[in-house]
Amino acid sequence: MKYLHNIGRYFLMIAEMFRKPTKWSVMRSLILKDIDDLIISSLGIIAFISFFVGGVVTIQTALNIDNPLIPKYLVGFATRQSVLLEFAPTFTSIIMAGKVGSFITSSIGTMRVTEQIDALEVMGINSLNYLIFPKAIALMLYPFAIAIGMFLGILGGMAASVFGGYSTLTDYISGIQYEFDTFHVTYAFIKTFVFAFILATVPSFYGYYMKGGALEVGKASTTAFVWTSVVIILLNYIITGMLLG
Amino acid sequence: MIEVNNLHKSFGDTKILKGISTSFDKGKTNLIIGQSGSGKTVFLKCLLGLFTYEEGSISYDGKIFSELSEDQKRDLRAEIGMVFQGSALFDSMTIAENVMFPLQMFTKMSKSEMEDRADIVLKRVNLPDAHNKMPSEASGGMQKRVAIARAIVNNPKYLFCDEPNSGLDPKTAIVIDNLIQEITDEYQIVTVINSHDMNSVMEIGEKIVFLRNGLKAWEGSKANIFKTDNESVTDFVYSSNLFKKVRQMYIEENE
Repeated sequence: MKYLHNIGRYFLMIAEMFRKPTKWSVMRSLILKDIDDLIISSLGIIAFISFFVGGVVTIQTALNIDNPLIPKYLVGFATRQSVLLEFAPTFTSIIMAGKVGSFITSSIGTMRVTEQIDALEVMGINSLNYLIFPKAIALMLYPFAIAIGMFLGILGGMAASVFGGYSTLTDYISGIQYEFDTFHVTYAFIKTFVFAFILATVPSFYGYYMKGGALEVGKASTTAFVWTSVVIILLNYIITGMLLG
Repeated sequence: MIEVNNLHKSFGDTKILKGISTSFDKGKTNLIIGQSGSGKTVFLKCLLGLFTYEEGSISYDGKIFSELSEDQKRDLRAEIGMVFQGSALFDSMTIAENVMFPLQMFTKMSKSEMEDRADIVLKRVNLPDAHNKMPSEASGGMQKRVAIARAIVNNPKYLFCDEPNSGLDPKTAIVIDNLIQEITDEYQIVTVINSHDMNSVMEIGEKIVFLRNGLKAWEGSKANIFKTDNESVTDFVYSSNLFKKVRQMYIEENE
């Protein structure tokens, strides 16, 4: 019953988020600040994870191909498919649920605890629009970060492959070009847009509606991470079934 | 003028406010006092429109809040200044940005006009050099003054203060009390203060509303409170020996 209540409340929050918009001059600066806080500050960790995950995927694929009849370019092919379809959009989003999600929940939750949200409401400001809408817009740039992640993942795979001696540069490059389907990129970006919206709104929900003090802010951040991850995994399954199934 | 008529508010089966009627005049410091759990905060949040209520009405200069459209409510809220118990300053903004915030949201002032106005109100609350500090770098008393500056920067008609003295030393508390009273008089606004600080009651209580168990048990001025025989008021106000002695002296002097 509590879950149904929260689902209903979440959708009401989304609807309310679009009402009574904040002045554009203020909203613009909020969006720019959120782009910096949520996207720019995450680029380092996305780059680091993507590069090394790409490398690990390549090494594991190469080590599991011990049949001499299987062409070496399949290492590049498998890396491209894994990074493009799953590791960059989904795996990175789960990590972002921890980084960006807990930042959003704790910052909004602290505003709730210290009556800053009440202060906004008393002034006649739609606090949902003021706090959550700029985050949702800022995270629409998240696919660009994921695109960088995809590139670096494949680059990491190439570095591991060539420097580890698992395949030649020529084989790896022909592998990443082998049977390339542009719809896979479209599919990955559709997923990423959906995940970006979830990353902005689910942690905001747990921060905005939290009750209690500092301890509850920590608990809300943990709960937000768990539910953001669950929703991302479920939607990943549904979207994959709809678009590729 | 704010008029409250027969206000009822419950949470589930628990009745918090059980039919409160009172009024708060322009240019006066109105204090709501009462023990913890008497319904003061709920009453204040109803006045601010943060809580809805089941029965009764609240009118601001004749405009009944519950009958206003969303846009009218928004316009009315732009005329309200609020000083929260914990100051509720936006911790990602400097003190000057906090003060300019209502101007940014509700006026078409240019940046330099907003800076000039923030400068005036920060000087008014005796913080002429605090512009670039972050709220976390300011003391409790300074934060309260910034909150007052933010509350009055857009020339509000109504000023609400929730426990403005909590956490402050007695000297700073008196400074804040006097500042609120001076501003109320100077700007001719309706000021409503939620407090259980008896120093404030004696210092600035031009009108005092005493709440007990969700009911208005007494109302009057700081002069009347010395004379009242209402037991619930005397039990609460004169619970400390110091105030008992003050009352005794007042009665002896006036006999």
